[in-house]
This record gives sequence, C-alpha cells and structure tokens, in this order.
Amino acid sequence: MIAELGLAALWLAAALAALQLVTGFLAVKESGGEMAVLVRPAAMVQGLLCAAAFVMLLWLFVITDLSVKLVAMNSHSDKPLIFKLSGAWGNHEGSMLLWITVMALAGGLIALLERRLPERTMMATLGAQAFVGLGFYAFLLFSSNPFERLPQPAVEGLGLNPLLQDIGLAMHPPTLYFGYVGLSVAFSFAVGALLTRQVNPDFARAMRPWVLGAWIFLTLGITAGSYWAYYELGWGGWWFWDPVENASLMPWLAATALLHSASVLAARDALRVWTIMLGVVAFSMSMVGTFLVRSGILTSVHAFAVDPERGTFILALLAIYIGGALVLFALRAGSIAEGDRFSVSSREGALVVNNVMLSAILGIVLLGTLYPLLTEAFDVRVSVGPPYFNPVGAVFVFPMLIVMAVGPLLRWRQDDWQRVKRPLIATGLVTLATLVLAMMPGSIDLLPLLGLAFATGLAIASFLPLRGRALLRVPLATWGMVIAHFGIAVALFGMASESAFSQEKLAAVKVGESTRVGPWQVALAGVEPVAGPNWTAIEGRLLAMHDGGEAIELDPQARNFWAPPQETTESALATRWNGQLYAVIGNEAGQGRWQLRLWWKPFVTFIWYGGLLVALGGLLALIGRLSADLKRRAVYARAEARQRGVHA
Amino acid sequence: MSALKAKHQRLVLVVVALIVLIGAGLLAAWALRNQASYFYVPAQIEADPPEIGRAVRLGGMVRKGSLQTLDDGITIAFIVSDGEAEVPVRFAGILPDLFVEGSGVVAEGRLGADGTFMADNLLAKHDENYVPRELQDMTEHQAREAVAETENAS
Repeated sequence: MIAELGLAALWLAAALAALQLVTGFLAVKESGGEMAVLVRPAAMVQGLLCAAAFVMLLWLFVITDLSVKLVAMNSHSDKPLIFKLSGAWGNHEGSMLLWITVMALAGGLIALLERRLPERTMMATLGAQAFVGLGFYAFLLFSSNPFERLPQPAVEGLGLNPLLQDIGLAMHPPTLYFGYVGLSVAFSFAVGALLTRQVNPDFARAMRPWVLGAWIFLTLGITAGSYWAYYELGWGGWWFWDPVENASLMPWLAATALLHSASVLAARDALRVWTIMLGVVAFSMSMVGTFLVRSGILTSVHAFAVDPERGTFILALLAIYIGGALVLFALRAGSIAEGDRFSVSSREGALVVNNVMLSAILGIVLLGTLYPLLTEAFDVRVSVGPPYFNPVGAVFVFPMLIVMAVGPLLRWRQDDWQRVKRPLIATGLVTLATLVLAMMPGSIDLLPLLGLAFATGLAIASFLPLRGRALLRVPLATWGMVIAHFGIAVALFGMASESAFSQEKLAAVKVGESTRVGPWQVALAGVEPVAGPNWTAIEGRLLAMHDGGEAIELDPQARNFWAPPQETTESALATRWNGQLYAVIGNEAGQGRWQLRLWWKPFVTFIWYGGLLVALGGLLALIGRLSADLKRRAVYARAEARQRGVHA
Repeated sequence: MSALKAKHQRLVLVVVALIVLIGAGLLAAWALRNQASYFYVPAQIEADPPEIGRAVRLGGMVRKGSLQTLDDGITIAFIVSDGEAEVPVRFAGILPDLFVEGSGVVAEGRLGADGTFMADNLLAKHDENYVPRELQDMTEHQAREAVAETENAS
C-alpha cells in the first residue's frame, strides 16, 4: 500500500510540474498573465509531494518490505537501521528519487521566498525549473521506478555492498546531490533571465545563495568522499583521478567560477553574459557527472549497451537541457547589453583571470575523463591517470593560486599596482624562502615543492585583505572569502606534504615483534578473530609509539561480509596534530607472521581540514549575504509602509 | 590596459578567454596522446613491450593456481594472462579486497629487465558498480576464454 501511495505522489508531482511549466511560460507572455497565480502554489505542492514519496521509500526500507523490488535488491533484515536508511539512496532508483525530491523542494522554496526578481523573470525561472524537473520525473517513472513490486515477495534481501556500509558513504551521495540540484536552480535562474533579458545585479543576488549553497555541499561531498576513499579502501591514497571522483570535481570547478562571476555581476553589474554561460555550464557538469556515474558508461561501454534505456535517457535529457540552453544563449546573448567596464588591474580583472583558469582546469579534467570513452569508440583502450592530470592541471592551478593571492587586495573597477606592491612582494619572498627551504633535502618532486611554497604564500596572502581593518566590522561575506581561501592553502599544504614526506613500511611480523615507520615504533600485540552483525573479521592489535611516547592501540581488521559475500580491509588510524599513522592488516604470511602495511603521512589531515575550512568560508558568506538581504528587505518594507502612511 | 579601455572590452575578454581555453585544450590533447600506450594486456607486452622502467598499467586475468606468497612474507607473485600470453607479476603489499584468482586485475607498475612486471598498486573495485573500465572490458571480451584456459592449465 505504501509503495502504491508513493508512486501516486510521484505521478501527481509530475502532473503539477507539467502545470507549472505551461502556466509559467504562458505567464511570461503578457496574454497568459492570469495563469500566473497557479505557478508558485504548483511548485510548493510539488515539493511536498516529492518529499512524501521519498519518506515513503525510506519507510519501506525501515520495515524491510521485501515485496518491493528495490528493497529486496538492496537491503537485508539484519542490517543496522542507519544502513537500512542509507540503502534507500545507495542505489540507482532511490538516488534518482532523492535527486528529484531535493529539486522539487528547491523549486518550492524559490516559489515561496524569492520576491526580488521581476515577476515575469520569476515565472520564466519556475517554468524552466519545471522543465528540468519533468525530464527527471519521466526518467524515474518510465525507466527507474523505485516503488516497483516483485510478483512474489523475496524471502530475504540481497543486502547492501559492505563497502557502502559506512557512515561516511551513507552521507556522501546526498551531500553531492544537494550540490548538483542547487546548480539546477542556478541554471533555471539563468534560463529565466535569458528569456526575459533581465540580466542584472538583482538576478545575480537571487542566484547567488543557491550557487553558494550548492558549492558548500559539493565541497563537503568531495571532502567526505576523499576521506572515505582514504580510510575505507585501505591503500592510503586520498584522490585517484577516478572518473567517479572527477564527476564531482567538475561541477565544483564550474560552481567556483560561477560563484566568483556572480559576485562581480552582483557588485559591479559586469560579466553578464559570462555569468549566464557559467550557470549553464555548471549545471551541464552536474548532468555530465550524473550521466557518467548513473548510466553505467563508466563501468563499461558494454554495461551501457546492456541497459541502453537509462544511459540513453540521461543522455537525451542532457542534450535537451544543455543543447536547448545553449541555443537560447546563442539567440539572446547578443541582445544583452554589455555590463560596466573595468581595468585589468582591478578586482574584476583578477576574477576574470580566475574564471578563465578555473574553466581551463575544468576543460582539462573533462577531456581527461572523457578521452577513454572516446578512444573506446575506436577500440583503443586507454587509462588516463595522475601522469596526465597532475602536471597538466598544475600548469593552470599555480597561476590561479597567484591570482587568488592578489585579487582580493585589489579594488573594484580600477586600482593601482603600486598600492598593493609591498604586501605582495613580502608574500612573494616568503613563498620563495619556503621553496628554497623545501628544496634543501633535495628529494622532493617539483609539484609537491611548488605546492608547499605556494600553500605557505597563499596562507599568508589570504589574510591580507583584513589588514588595517577593524576586524569586528569586516562583513561576514569577506570573512567567508578569507577563510575559504585560507582553506585552499591548508588543503594544498596537506596534499603537497603527503606526497613529499609520506613514509611507507610493509612488513611480515610475528605476534610480539615490532617494526618502524618514520618516527613510529609499531608492535604487533596480538591477532584475534572478531564478529560483527553481518561480518566476521581478523583483528590485529597494534601498539604504536611515537618517538618513544605513550603507546596508542590500533585495531585494523580484515573483514568478511556474508550478505553479499565480500572481503574488506578496515584500516586503523592514529591521528596526531602533525599527521596520521595508517595501518592495514593483510593475510597470514606463513611461519606465524602477519602482513602489516603502515604509512606515516605528515600533515595529511590538512587536506580535509582545508576542505572543511573552505565549506565553512562558504557558509559564513552565505549567512552574511542572506542576513544582508533580510535587512534590505526590512528597510524596503518600512519605506513602503511609510509611503503608504504618507498617501493615506 | 589601453586595449581594454577600447570600445569592445567584451570582445577582447572573449578573445583572451578563448586563447587560454584553446591553449588548455591543445595542451590536454598533446598530453593525452602520450597516454595512448599507457595500458597493456599481456599479448601486447609480448609483442611490443614498453620500455623497461616506464610506468604503465597491465590488465588481465589472474591465472588460477598461480598466486603465491614468497618467503619474505610480503611479496606476492602471480601470473596475469589474457588467453594469448602470460606475464609474471610481483607485488609487495597487501592484496586489495576483491583480488581473487581467476578474476580480472589491473596492475600499475613497470616492466623489469627480466620480463617480470613489478606492480606498485593493484586496482580493484571502487564501489558497488564501478570496476576499472579496462578490467570490465577484459572480462567481457576474454574472461570466459581466459578462465577456461587457465583452469585447464592448473
């Protein structure tokens, strides 16, 4: 019964989206004005219906209703509750339902809250949002119905892949989806503004919180995903340039560019067309990401052929949205008046360079990700990995870091280099000194070297915009920028330090023996079998001492899951302020010995602290912007009330 | 600076952006072409081996019965086959979770002077659905054949 209700809610929501699309676009034409009253309620109710459908799917997973195909395929009655819940979105159908739910809720929120834009632009925006939504409803209802029943209820579920039974990963996909969907809202705003040719600072201000929000979620999603891969996969790496990872990085790059160009448009009424273009590109990247991950084309072109319906469907949606938006863009871009002018040596100038660099990096990642698919068409198998991404990306990353350091110091419109010369030279000297210092040991590769130096320089430069200002009166949005830029420096330092200074030790150790890695002395105190709710494991008990200090106990495991059967390694970590000891236990190595793999990774945690700082910066900026908007709204309301008072 | 104060600032910006983006594209294309020979199957290693010591990837099936741990307890030796040729592989480390005899593997490393492939890293599944693409291709194309053959051999 619940499954049928969920399905009905989805169909109703889809019907409302159709209504919203038609009335929205009719309202853009003057003639259909009276229909406009329907658009906002349609968007709000649609959001509620989708949320209801999603809650029903969650409920089906909680009670493990095995007559529903999705539950039987992806859940198991033995699973802990949290993983039953996360099983609801840890699969194709459920994750698409989550996507559309977030999207419909976002549409409902704009309909409820956004009053700043001209009504016609709002109608066009909501119409565009419904247009995007309809495609996903069709996808869900026709080819990925999450509520499908089995002809015969299953006796027991198949379970969720044990690698996915992890709290980090349970939260990872929803976080990314919030990001993707936030960008769909930016896309709708861009299309709406194009349709009514209202590309102005108000448009940028209306769009900005959504871009900021999306960007915060993407940042968190990428950070969490990277940490998950690091500790769960058990081989000590934190980024593999894997297509699935790239699929989340590309929208982030586009959103970062969009965020900055929207700031220029909001503050200075410049970069109008460019901001619209980025709005389209950012959502395209979300769609490409979803397509790559969800179509199965990455798994293999053959899987794509096995289930052509889904891949073709997403590809068709991608073509319709992006193609349509680009055609609209080509038709309208020429008629959008050029915004305000600015000099090269101005904050706008720096932001333009930043945007171009980000776009170049985005292009490089995109090409590297798609290239294997391209060559596959000619039956040539190619792996594109770090040897491509690292050096080619670095060509554009390092110039961008310089602009990141300089840009925030410049004034809008026009500035004089002389004014900012002194702090910049000082920062440059510190960077150079770090470079020389790091070169001393002589064994570090070029990229980590540059990374260490630039991270130090950027860390200092990111605080320079605060110099000489009363710190308490600095706007929250500026604090956000400072902290986000500092976060990039912190993360970069972690990455560079990890690849420059990591030490690895692989040893076969008997119980009672010990081995060394970096400053750590690690003893194997025992090996015991342990059991969990749906797995058994071999657990090593390690006693690790840092420089003869107190012993820390580490318990790495080699786990065996039985539903579905699979082995996983559970790494164990000892975290200090200056790095992490990473331990993995392997197989028995004969003669009573056990394989141990240990890494000492100095400052590796800075990578994720940096990611969190970036997200925190975004959050501060978002709060700053929203509270400023609220204040402005209150002022307008008061002024209006006074006017009315005068007239009466 | 004077150029940007000219009448068509937008045009200048577009041209500059295009130049950088096309430059990035060309650089990427050039770098990608150098990757073309990055992935090998055993038959290719036999026919046209990569230079000794160059970082490449080797993909194929792990021959049944070929997996053994050497006396030092940490080095693992096995044979990768694609049904046409075989390459002995050595790997010092802990085997990834999904590494099983008779299934596919992608090894990152370099070919040694004695014809043994020294792997730094073995790639396995990343998540529920994702398998390194070459590996999937491998299983689709050659798995049955390769497995049958390796079973006969053991």
